[in-house]
Amino acid sequence: MTAQSNPPLLSASHLTCIREERVLFDDLSFEINGGDIVQIEGPNGAGKTSLLRILAGLSRPYGGEVLFQEDPIVRCRDEFNEALLYLGHLAGVKSELTAEENLNFNLRISGYAQFDPREILARVNLTGFEDALAGHLSAGQHRRTALARLWHTDCKIWILDEPFTAIDKKGVAELEELFIAHANNGGCVILTTHQDMGIISDDRLRKIRLDYRFI
Amino acid sequence: MNRGISYTQAFFTLLQRDLKIAVRHRGDIFNPLLFFIIVVTLFPLGIGSEAKILSRVAPGIIWVAALLASMLSLERLFKADFVDGSLEQMLLSPQPLQLLVLSKVLAHWLLTGVPLIIVAPLLAVLLHMDSNAYPALIETLLLGTPVLSLLGAIGVALTVGLRKGGVLLSLLILPLYIPVLIFATGAIEFAATKQPYDGQLAIIAALLVGSLVLAPFAIGASLRVSTN
Repeated sequence: MTAQSNPPLLSASHLTCIREERVLFDDLSFEINGGDIVQIEGPNGAGKTSLLRILAGLSRPYGGEVLFQEDPIVRCRDEFNEALLYLGHLAGVKSELTAEENLNFNLRISGYAQFDPREILARVNLTGFEDALAGHLSAGQHRRTALARLWHTDCKIWILDEPFTAIDKKGVAELEELFIAHANNGGCVILTTHQDMGIISDDRLRKIRLDYRFI
Repeated sequence: MNRGISYTQAFFTLLQRDLKIAVRHRGDIFNPLLFFIIVVTLFPLGIGSEAKILSRVAPGIIWVAALLASMLSLERLFKADFVDGSLEQMLLSPQPLQLLVLSKVLAHWLLTGVPLIIVAPLLAVLLHMDSNAYPALIETLLLGTPVLSLLGAIGVALTVGLRKGGVLLSLLILPLYIPVLIFATGAIEFAATKQPYDGQLAIIAALLVGSLVLAPFAIGASLRVSTN
């Protein structure tokens, strides 16, 4: 693998996060290379989402920094944003727009000029719902509309907060296969979930554990 | 994979999306416009229909009503996007944030500023405004309402993360609106008495150019703080 000689794709160095006067984690350091699938584990309130938002550059950590290929992300924001695909709790799907319009907008704003939205929506089982307003879709279909962009991207770093919420078993399996294919292509996936994953084997999955702290 | 979207295309993609959402949510367009019309038509009922008094206060009434109507509509500039997570996606987009922000402000102005400019002459007739002042009214509104949208957007960006940002928003941005109000009403009054009003117009134009250049940076930075 060439990944050994390259600098780590994303690394956290001595991250500290404090929310509501509570330390969620401190001095947290790790490196994520191409090919990694990383699950952030921990009970509710342990700071999983906060960590993902810090890694994506949406929040500033209280201390420490996040490095993208050894450069702090605050200094190479454009390159980093080009390599990053972040899907939060809130999916960024407009209920006033149809599934197809949502996907079109999301892909175009990420810079993709040419794609076939209907084909991509077919991958997430939304054939026949292209022209339905996202507000009228079920929770799972709503989530799928947001996830559809994973099927048309060249971003290396995927940061996904609870991607499996409201997705059925078959959909979860498809997503897991997509994650493995993405990792085999040299990308990395960082995700949180409370569901067990069936296809990604334990030796493939790296886990970073955050514990609920009372300090 | 082809990432061939130019800045102009990104700008118009977002503009088109915002306009489309507004058209499907029609109340959002008519609410500020109705407010504007109602406030202006209430004044003659309150202070009497004497033409002399009305024509004296008309510029002030129209401008203050326009200012409040613009503020009323500001809050939803970023709120909906903040609530459903689209704002995060915009912040993480590889396109320059200033460009996207400018596109959103332009959409807001097209939806709230332009309708006001269109109905303002009708309301001016209602208030017996001097006919010499009509061009000045339109010119000040054309130059001034974009300033209101741009400056207002900074305030909205700062308060979008707060649950009850409405009061704070008015406190933050009303003082910034005052120069526009003073020079706009001044220009209209000068025009009514057939004096040259180029000076006031030039100042409003300067405010517009200044805010057009600087506000996108301030809005972008405020949004980053608000989503932190």
